Amino acid sequence: MSLTFEARLAQRQFDVELSMGPGERVAVLGPNGAGKSTLLGLLAGTLRADAGSAALDDRLLFDLGAGRRRWLAPHARGVALLAQDALLFPHLTVLDNVAFGPRVAGATKQQAAATAERWLREVGVSDLAARRPGQLSGGQAQRVAIARALATGPRLLLLDEPMAALDVSVAPLLRRVLRRLLVDQATIIVTHDLLDAVLLADRVVVLEQGRVAEAGPTDEVLRHPRTRFTARLAGLNLVRGSFADGAVHDASGLVVQGTRADPGAPSEGEPAAAVFAPSGVSIFTDPQQGSPRNNLSVTIAEIEPLGDLVRVRGDDHHGHLLAADVTPLSVAELDLYPGREVTYSIKAAGVTIYPL
Amino acid sequence: MGRGSVMGRTYAGLPRWLYVSAAFGALLVILPLFALTLRLDWSRFFELITSESSVAALQLSLQTSVASTVVCVLLGVPLAMVLARDRFAGQALLRSVVLLPLVLPPVVGGIALLYTFGRRGLLGPAMDVLGVQIAFSTIAVVLAQTFVALPFLVVSLEGTLRTVGHRYELVAATLGARPGTVVWRVTLPLVMPGLASAAVLSFARALGEFGATITFAGSLQGVTRTLPLEIYLQRVTDPDAAIALSLVLVVVAVVVTVVTARIAERGAR
Repeated sequence: MSLTFEARLAQRQFDVELSMGPGERVAVLGPNGAGKSTLLGLLAGTLRADAGSAALDDRLLFDLGAGRRRWLAPHARGVALLAQDALLFPHLTVLDNVAFGPRVAGATKQQAAATAERWLREVGVSDLAARRPGQLSGGQAQRVAIARALATGPRLLLLDEPMAALDVSVAPLLRRVLRRLLVDQATIIVTHDLLDAVLLADRVVVLEQGRVAEAGPTDEVLRHPRTRFTARLAGLNLVRGSFADGAVHDASGLVVQGTRADPGAPSEGEPAAAVFAPSGVSIFTDPQQGSPRNNLSVTIAEIEPLGDLVRVRGDDHHGHLLAADVTPLSVAELDLYPGREVTYSIKAAGVTIYPL
Repeated sequence: MGRGSVMGRTYAGLPRWLYVSAAFGALLVILPLFALTLRLDWSRFFELITSESSVAALQLSLQTSVASTVVCVLLGVPLAMVLARDRFAGQALLRSVVLLPLVLPPVVGGIALLYTFGRRGLLGPAMDVLGVQIAFSTIAVVLAQTFVALPFLVVSLEGTLRTVGHRYELVAATLGARPGTVVWRVTLPLVMPGLASAAVLSFARALGEFGATITFAGSLQGVTRTLPLEIYLQRVTDPDAAIALSLVLVVVAVVVTVVTARIAERGAR
């Protein structure tokens, strides 16, 4: 299966182009309102684009625009959608829910039941076959919903934050089930959770304000984020600017020294990003001098616990909210509180610079 | 009662004067029904309701009400689905017009029907050609009852459809179900409790229909004289019979109310 997709929907300021190779799994990330659900709706056929076209293999999903009005109804697309809520049909048993897809595709009752039993086994809930959806826990219901979606043999599976409504204790187990079942299953997974992207996807696409802001292999995007959103998701600080003299200079005059990433180091004057981890930041209450450190004066904006450490977010007066991870002891010793002026000190060796 | 109520476990927080008003409201409904049973000649009750004209009226009423309920379901379910699911120009207007018989005096409905299906009505010439004569026939009774009962089914079912939501239907579509399959295998089973109580409501409304029926269908024993019409006529000639038949309708109404409440309760669970 391969997908080509480009669509515009003015009402939601959506303009996205996307393609997928055979069996590829893509994670779609982005802030709320970035267009993630719109993307899924357009692919599933629950939303209609103003203009654009999409094809799944040789099957045209839609071709809309001036003089073009081709549009395939959702049921004929071979695109299954799994949402946050399992949405199991409450009037059917678990088995009949999973058998629904094969049944409407023309399978006999026995064939459909056999398919359903096989998928219930795959997701590990065979023993629940005779139950009604109302008698299931959230995690069980979502497993059944996965079985129901996969039992249709979809060419493309759409997952809309499938773990978001689940208990934190249940999500990891379900993620493992998906990781096993989604091998070679063309999938688009919309998520807020970095773990989903890392474990379930080969590639990530970051949407921002209805546009693709960033795309690439998951590990590459997380190591070298290009947008603040992705950097934050990856737990990194990001400064964008242009490269000169071994440093990234942003438009407001902020300079961050760093080490050029290999391969693909930026050349002089080229747009570049500087990235550093919160753990590489030291905080001083008195002004610091001397290379090869970056010394940035910031105003502390918020202080929040982060496991054994404390994450301090500071406003650098250049439009960045930079994170630093320190021990609770340092917070006490340095007397850190929101509103206090401090200096973030980062070793140049701890900053990675790469072209944008 | 009141602030010290031990029946309910939660504090109601209502002022006392409110209970007084509520009691008057309840009495307004209960007292007339009570008065009716007081005036009833119990010794002749069975005789009165089994007289030839009573049985004919009762039979006709049940038959026409069942028929109009069936028509209401056949026409009202699609109408409710279109109103609840699709969006189109003039939808709000269509909804208002469909619900009009709820607020319209039934006798006005009867006149409107007469000028549609009557001899000199809008469709009169067409029906003359076909050799069909509807006005003042049993079919007219069913039409009149359907006219007044349809909005009950539509408004109640549309509410149910909106409560159930569109999401199960979208899921079914992405699982490969055609729109027709979705209606039969997902939408209808999901709204079945709501549809059942809506149908019972329309049945009750059809059973009680008077104004539109007498205007459009007339009052011909065994053909168009339904129970409410019979009661109205007997009221002059034989008040005891009118009271006895009224009580029959009261009992039917009570049964309908209980059944609807039961269905709604089961649907909520």
